[in-house]
Amino acid sequence: MGVKDGKRILIYIVGVILVYAVIKMLAVTGVFNPYWQRILDQAMIMTIGALGLSIIFGISGQFSIGHAAFFGIGAYSAGLVTKSLGGDIFTFLLALAVGTFMAGLVAFLIGLPVLRLTSDYLGIATLGFGIIMKVGFDNANKVIPEMGGATGMTGIPQVANFEWIFLFCIISIILARNFVQSGHGRACMALREDEVAANVVGINIFRYKVLAFVFGCSLAGLAGALYAHRYPFLHPTNFDFLPSIDFLIIVVLGGMGSLTGTIVTAIAWVFLLEGLRAILGTTFLEWRGVIYALILISVILIRRQGLFGNKEYGFLAPVVRRKEARNVTTES
Amino acid sequence: MSLLKAENLGINFGGLKAVSNFNLEIQSGEIVGLIGPNGAGKTTVFNLITGYFSPSTGTMAFEGHPLNGRKPYQICQLGIGRTFQNIRLFGQNTVLDNVRVAFHPRTRYWIIDAFLRTPRFMAEEARITEQAEELLDTLGLLPRAYDRAASLPYGAQRRLEIARAIACQPKLLLLDEPAAGMNPSEVRDLVQLVKFVKEKFDLTVLLIEHQMGLVMNVCERLVVMDFGVTISEGLPHEVREDPKVLSAYLGKGAVA
Repeated sequence: MGVKDGKRILIYIVGVILVYAVIKMLAVTGVFNPYWQRILDQAMIMTIGALGLSIIFGISGQFSIGHAAFFGIGAYSAGLVTKSLGGDIFTFLLALAVGTFMAGLVAFLIGLPVLRLTSDYLGIATLGFGIIMKVGFDNANKVIPEMGGATGMTGIPQVANFEWIFLFCIISIILARNFVQSGHGRACMALREDEVAANVVGINIFRYKVLAFVFGCSLAGLAGALYAHRYPFLHPTNFDFLPSIDFLIIVVLGGMGSLTGTIVTAIAWVFLLEGLRAILGTTFLEWRGVIYALILISVILIRRQGLFGNKEYGFLAPVVRRKEARNVTTES
Repeated sequence: MSLLKAENLGINFGGLKAVSNFNLEIQSGEIVGLIGPNGAGKTTVFNLITGYFSPSTGTMAFEGHPLNGRKPYQICQLGIGRTFQNIRLFGQNTVLDNVRVAFHPRTRYWIIDAFLRTPRFMAEEARITEQAEELLDTLGLLPRAYDRAASLPYGAQRRLEIARAIACQPKLLLLDEPAAGMNPSEVRDLVQLVKFVKEKFDLTVLLIEHQMGLVMNVCERLVVMDFGVTISEGLPHEVREDPKVLSAYLGKGAVA
């Protein structure tokens, strides 16, 4: 087992380096202009945030429509750190930690009362929280002038480059995968499938709901913190209802319970939107909502389980130890 | 000391007394059957014991630990496993994961070990997987270990639910109509299975069942309920001849 595992890990490392090298080469040769580089960074940030919602909704089955609020909490709190302390590498890393932690802390405090609800009711409660946060961001300048309020926050040093975002994207993928493929992840998947049965096999369901919610929202916070240091302008509308729906669409489109699906869809989604912007030009913003809805409706009609169902591929697939056990699948 | 002791157990739903004055004492190593017509309150008793409902009156104790006020997961961790009348598996998860999740409360690593894949995590995971596979092998489910639980045929789903309950390492196993929907040959297999796991895992079993063939073959002692109260108790052949039981099942006029 040891040698095989070592080989697999080596392949993954080589794969990551190759992806990095190819993107770098494209950027250096100019095929990938700074505009598309920005889009790629945006896609990776979306991936981190969407992985968070994938843990909460896809893996653990907790319906949350307020994900962008946690993204916003991460962005604003991290932005505040570097805006007031300066933008060297240590304050940047400190800001990422603060953004992640703040989102996780708020998720914990909100989760304690809210996660006692289930399905639709939980959705409404998280939606309400998202709206409260939007109003909070709009009026934040009355408490902390640096946050800018409804006119937006500027002056955050733009220190998050492609390398940083790529690194944290890879780390997030590894953490999400390690979580899902652990006892804790299995407990979360069990409560998604059947809360009553999970309780009866000894799972403290409330504890695992909170755990998944805090972990997922922390990833959103990390994504937000990176966002704040990549795009120079934070505005409350970036963190309200519609971006939350973006995350939700990505998780549902990719396939509930598939991290692979979430990652692929998150990247494809960002590039699709930018592609549409190029095709539709200035009318894009008006048509955006219609296109969203059409895509979602068609997927629900044609492929209800999402693009990847709940299957995982490559690095994200769980290790099947017994090959012979897997081949006998058709007899019943 | 008895393994499970329920005294004066009762629960009301609005004006309906679903269970009242229910007394039960189970000794370690017994197989006890809980029978009665539909709606007699048998499953409600299970739901009370496993903490899904809290009783309006009375007390329950397991090995001397009071059960009143404990949550289902705490009761599981004390050593009571159960299956459900309408199978409740984690359908989209693999057969292996259905069993592995039941080991989780006794897993000895922190979430940080899981994130970083420490040696402690790897060792524990290997141990859990090993044990889960062994258990699946015992119940003849190993060939399907990596299939989704929902894709199993009905009988295998019943067996998987029993495997999952055993994975909780219970001392007392509650089986809620394990033979529901099974044909006579499947019922015979189930009788063997219940006797086998009882010996192998050193269990005490309390089971609800309608199929008298199974009840008479497996149970050493029977408790009969009707309208939420115990109407008879004793050895299978005694209970079978009790006029109160006959009238509960067949109607008053039948026992003239």
